[in-house]
Amino acid sequence: MTVLKDLFANIQSFVANVGAVALFFARILSQIPASLSRPRLIVKQIHNAGGLSLIIIMTSALVVGMAMGLQLYDVLERFGSAESLGTGAGLALLKELGPVLTALLFSGRAGTSLTSEIGLMKVTDQLAAMEMMAVDSVRYVIVPRFLGGVIAMPMLTAIFIMISLFGVQLVGVQQLGVDQGTFWSQLRGSVDLDNVREAVVKGFVFGVACTLIAVHEGFRCAPTPEGVGRATTRAVVNSAVLVLILDYMLTAVFF
Amino acid sequence: MRQSHAVELSAGMFVLLGFAALWFLVTQITNREAAVGKGAYGLTAKYENIGSLKVGAPVSMAGVTVGRVDAISFDQNVYKAVVKMRISPEFNKIPDDSDASIMTAGLLGGQYIGLTAGGSETYLTDGGQFTLVQDAFVLEKLINQLVATFLNKDDSSKDDAGEQKAGSGTK
Repeated sequence: MTVLKDLFANIQSFVANVGAVALFFARILSQIPASLSRPRLIVKQIHNAGGLSLIIIMTSALVVGMAMGLQLYDVLERFGSAESLGTGAGLALLKELGPVLTALLFSGRAGTSLTSEIGLMKVTDQLAAMEMMAVDSVRYVIVPRFLGGVIAMPMLTAIFIMISLFGVQLVGVQQLGVDQGTFWSQLRGSVDLDNVREAVVKGFVFGVACTLIAVHEGFRCAPTPEGVGRATTRAVVNSAVLVLILDYMLTAVFF
Repeated sequence: MRQSHAVELSAGMFVLLGFAALWFLVTQITNREAAVGKGAYGLTAKYENIGSLKVGAPVSMAGVTVGRVDAISFDQNVYKAVVKMRISPEFNKIPDDSDASIMTAGLLGGQYIGLTAGGSETYLTDGGQFTLVQDAFVLEKLINQLVATFLNKDDSSKDDAGEQKAGSGTK
């Protein structure tokens, strides 16, 4: 009986959490117009979420691309079609790997820093002080961070895919000897604008999901050092799960 | 002030890099042949069966893409599929007795229209129609034909035997 009770309580808290995130999202959306009058805050957050994530994104992209070049070459070689390396790598990166891996890295790098920053603001009563001065903390703290993350994610996705393709090319063409012309022409022949659109849309949606969860966890965390730590963990875990679920849904939409 | 300037500079560089990456994805790795240039002219062909030909499929001549399939409709007066294609303006010397057949790229590839030049001195212009066409190759039809020929052979050999017997009977 207690098991059932616990289960019910868990379901209840999950539903309440979903509701809280949705309400918070609505609150952010309603404050976006007012927040746009301070573009400098948003630029600073684009720098924080995007510019500072560049190094990890670019390094991971290069290594992922190189590993993918080796793996795909090995598999394709068995069917005597190593020339399709460009096709396989391009489509896999644009449709699936690029946006998902970028989102996971982004939630690890930028999402955690957002959660802990906002959480610490809460611990040190900065958010409460703003409320005391009748300054809307959502408008001045949350919305610029949200917009910064949402703008940065699609760009990080595009950069990730570009660098990964370079990595595939590096291993496939320079090291394993796939013909350069064949590689690029196969890639061009099979990738349409729709695939690029899919990558950008996925990047944007994942950006909204990761950033929303990160700022929400920071905003509602318990104002203790332990609370901030827990909120950061929850932010990463929840965004990873949500990104993978959304990925399935978006893939089904673009199928 | 100096600090915030550096932040803006770095954010700007990030955004520009993002757009450059997107530009690279859109222009360098996508299929640019898909767009038939300005001034393209239209040609039509009517087929009994177009198989799985799709709008956007290439129209090629000697293996070189010269145009794209623009629209596919059904003419219920003659019960034929009407395929409209747009041909790039630089390929304006297609003889009017050319053959437009639906072919399959590779073993599993998509279908496309292959043009084979005829010998006529007059060329097709905008709105022209191919008179010589060849339908899509449908595997089931081919198998049916094969089976039918085999069955016919069997039947005819049996019939022959039957006739001989019947003949001997009446004798």
